[in-house]
Amino acid sequence: MRPDEFEYVAKLLKDRSGLIITPDKSYLLESRLTPVARKRGLKGLDDLMSGLRSAGEDLLREITEAMTTNESFFFRDIKPFEQFRTMVLPRMLEVRAARKSFRIWSAACSSGQEAYSLAMILKEEGARLAGWKIEIVGTDLSNEMLEKAKAGLYSQFEVQRGLPIQLLVKYFKKTTDMWQIDPAIRAMVQFREYNLLHDLKPLGQFDVVFCRNVLIYFDQPTKTRVLDNIDRVIADDGFLYLGGAETVLGISDKFKPVPEQRGVYATSRAQGK
Amino acid sequence: MKSCLIVDDSKVIRMVARKILHEMSFSTEEAEDGLVALEACKRAMPDAVLLDWNMPVMNGIDFLRELRRLPGGDHPVVVFCTTENDIEHIQEAITAGANEYIMKPFDSEILQAKFSQVGLL
Repeated sequence: MRPDEFEYVAKLLKDRSGLIITPDKSYLLESRLTPVARKRGLKGLDDLMSGLRSAGEDLLREITEAMTTNESFFFRDIKPFEQFRTMVLPRMLEVRAARKSFRIWSAACSSGQEAYSLAMILKEEGARLAGWKIEIVGTDLSNEMLEKAKAGLYSQFEVQRGLPIQLLVKYFKKTTDMWQIDPAIRAMVQFREYNLLHDLKPLGQFDVVFCRNVLIYFDQPTKTRVLDNIDRVIADDGFLYLGGAETVLGISDKFKPVPEQRGVYATSRAQGK
Repeated sequence: MKSCLIVDDSKVIRMVARKILHEMSFSTEEAEDGLVALEACKRAMPDAVLLDWNMPVMNGIDFLRELRRLPGGDHPVVVFCTTENDIEHIQEAITAGANEYIMKPFDSEILQAKFSQVGLL
């Protein structure tokens, strides 16, 4: 690939998804875009790149989707879900007792495992949540991933990464070679196509936001922009979850870490009160 | 260092599991069927048992039921590791006292994830 072609595709990816591709990661272009090229009857990456400047929206979208990382598993890192169950959920049940409703957002949800993990936690609470309306919204920019999330079908490998066996037995059915999540759990989550770099207001306000292992793919200004966007849609007393390797420090003053709750952040508005 | 008893009639599977468990800083012992495993547990209860289902002499589920009846037999965390991958088998294993369940084929990532889930790591 010529250097000007690399620069062109790197800029395209950054503008469309925030994803930063540095020259040392150019092998990712090769491994992820070669299948896209072949699908279109082209020989390989070079042919795809040389026609990129005149490419239509469909192809640009396909390239962006193929390049964004879609790694997701149930109860990833387990600790944040424990924190949610033992700290954030009881707090929400207390502060939202009058209206008996709150909204959770799984941002960049990929194939839906995080959103469904939260749904299973809520389902396990049983009678305690009777009469409550708790909405879970999963968004991603990849339509392909969202289709997979909506289908709720996972491979044997996927259901063995983080999902406790008791929950597999309780909330999944085995089809020929896949595991299908229970329709009741599926019905608890809405999936919508959304780009974190766009105006998020149409999604409405959220009380708890999971945006884990997303910022790591962005450069500093994009991280700030995404956190600003989230700040506009999170309730004053809401909570934000980031991944273990992520922080707001030096990136945004809109959120502050919750003491002794690693990875959990409160809004600065709440702390100012 | 925590200990794990690997119970599987396949020498190859035992070798693969042993290698992964050593990387996870476990000491290991091996048994090729449930009866040999039971004798090993009577001598010294391990912290964990990685357990195949289908084995000659005594199978995994019978071993597990016997194990849970032994004095101190509630101590080991038992993780099934088998090609049986239907809900009925999994349910039967949980009822018999299994703590987790791995459906073969497995790799180090799955083994680590499961051991971590049940508090062994």
